[in-house]
Amino acid sequence: MNEVRFHGRGGQGVVTTSKILANAFARTGQFGASFPMFGFERRGAPVTAFGRFSDKPVREKTQIYNPDILVVLDPSQKASKAVFLGLKPDSMLLLNDTDITTRITHENLKRFALINANKIALEEIGLAIPNTVIVGAFAKMSGLLDVEPCCGALEDYFSGSKLAANIVCTKRGFEEVELFDL
Amino acid sequence: MVTKTKAETKKGSQIKVITGNAAAAIAAKLACPDVVAAYPITPQTEIIEQISKFHANGEMDCELITVEGENSAMNAVMAASLAGGRVFTATSSWGLVFMYDAVLATSGARAPVVMVNVNRETPGIIAVSSGQQDMICTRDAGWIFLIAEDCQEVLDLVLQAYRLAEDYDIQVPVMVHYDGFYLSYLSEGVDVPFQEDVDKFLSVLEDQPKRTVLTPGNGMGCGSHGILGGYMELRHKHVTALERSKAKFDQIDKEYEDIFGRAYGGQLEEYRMDDADVVLVGSGSMCGTIKTVIDEKRQAGIKVGLLKMRMFRPFPGEAIVKALKGKKAIGVVDRSLNFGHKGGPFYTEIKAFETQLDGSPMISFIDGIANTDITTVNVAAMIDTICALAAGKEVREVTWVSYPEANEPEVNKSGGK
Repeated sequence: MNEVRFHGRGGQGVVTTSKILANAFARTGQFGASFPMFGFERRGAPVTAFGRFSDKPVREKTQIYNPDILVVLDPSQKASKAVFLGLKPDSMLLLNDTDITTRITHENLKRFALINANKIALEEIGLAIPNTVIVGAFAKMSGLLDVEPCCGALEDYFSGSKLAANIVCTKRGFEEVELFDL
Repeated sequence: MVTKTKAETKKGSQIKVITGNAAAAIAAKLACPDVVAAYPITPQTEIIEQISKFHANGEMDCELITVEGENSAMNAVMAASLAGGRVFTATSSWGLVFMYDAVLATSGARAPVVMVNVNRETPGIIAVSSGQQDMICTRDAGWIFLIAEDCQEVLDLVLQAYRLAEDYDIQVPVMVHYDGFYLSYLSEGVDVPFQEDVDKFLSVLEDQPKRTVLTPGNGMGCGSHGILGGYMELRHKHVTALERSKAKFDQIDKEYEDIFGRAYGGQLEEYRMDDADVVLVGSGSMCGTIKTVIDEKRQAGIKVGLLKMRMFRPFPGEAIVKALKGKKAIGVVDRSLNFGHKGGPFYTEIKAFETQLDGSPMISFIDGIANTDITTVNVAAMIDTICALAAGKEVREVTWVSYPEANEPEVNKSGGK
């Protein structure tokens, strides 16, 4: 089982990212379970979400303390100690950042991935909502998913021209993410 | 419960990755209610949003009443139910206690209302967070209470709730509970049945005698009113209907399996209980975590099992005694408080059956209050404590697992530092 922790802010689509990934795993015959943890829903407030992806049914209903993978949608949290808490050895980090020179190292990271998801989202959907770009980038970085089930999963959350634009976002995320093996 | 892969799914259903709230809304839609009363509250709001959407796009042919508050919501569905309608509403926490008088009136009138309550901490200390305190606040309201562990069970229990509430021999309102935040927003694969199978499952009710309904022009009392013997007769009938609902729920669980291929065990789900020496008793979403930890402990040779409470009202005392009799030690986990008692509500109620358990020692764990995470580490510590109890060691009767300050020796509390 891969345990993934998502860090972002309300309005970035953090929760939707984790949902789409759970959906994509289910489409490949695997299992996914994801949930966010917050009180009131507010734009701009820090949001943490948890995803468990496995070839067996996921039964745990707890938060994630020792993630295998970190996904940081909000670049202002990239230096936050809380983000790196409990990080497992040989783990991966995916960061959304407009600063493409950012490089993150950590003793427990084996792979760092960088994507300017806001830029791609602005180009494709006209809004700086990075979530569907992140979905594609996650698939590429983790190697756990192909891009097709990710695009398929989008059908449950978007329709019409929005669906088409977000499929482009996911594909571009998959193709344009930069990987750095540490 | 074993989640099936897409290939194993029964013909006539499909796996959808949805939240617990969406599972509740879809189940309500599949039950085809005549009247839904809707008022939003965190973390239940998504149910109302989804039902409004189903209603707006024509998928749900019901009267959707957007009331001005929860008290009106319960009065609306009670009245519609007494007029013979199938009804649905959903609430949580502050909403549940705001409708409390109507909750009592509904069960007193034996209106077979089905309501979802997404568990959240109650007024008193403001906390937008998970906890079963709202359920405990209404446990004596005369309703049937069912509790779900995961999103699949949310959907399944809402459908089963209609069979139980509207059964001619029962006619008692049913509340389906699930943990807010942990299940309300959890997205996972849910086997969503097709309408024709749900219709078949619920059609049993159509073959039963019709319940008495209020009809315009026909003079008839409702919201029954009586004193002395008349009052006692109504209360006694209510109590005996609740007793009957235990076996009925077991039977409905079996019939559900015949159509949908999923069974949970009725009043209680037993996990690795057959050869268990020690047992954790739990309810709701914590049970998935407990099962994972039990599997790890089993690999280390510790014979531990889980008794999952799926029904809390009526209290499944007989089934609990049967499951726990002869066990070496028992720990009960509560996600709420039993004000006036040291131990949690489930613990205190199971403790009442102690003399029938051949002396199995029993302890109480309080955890999961106000979104406190019931972690695998916490569950492992609980199991270790139960094993110590089984080995004859002295352990605390009540442990606040995530709040060690509550577990200080008494002398420190009174003596100061």
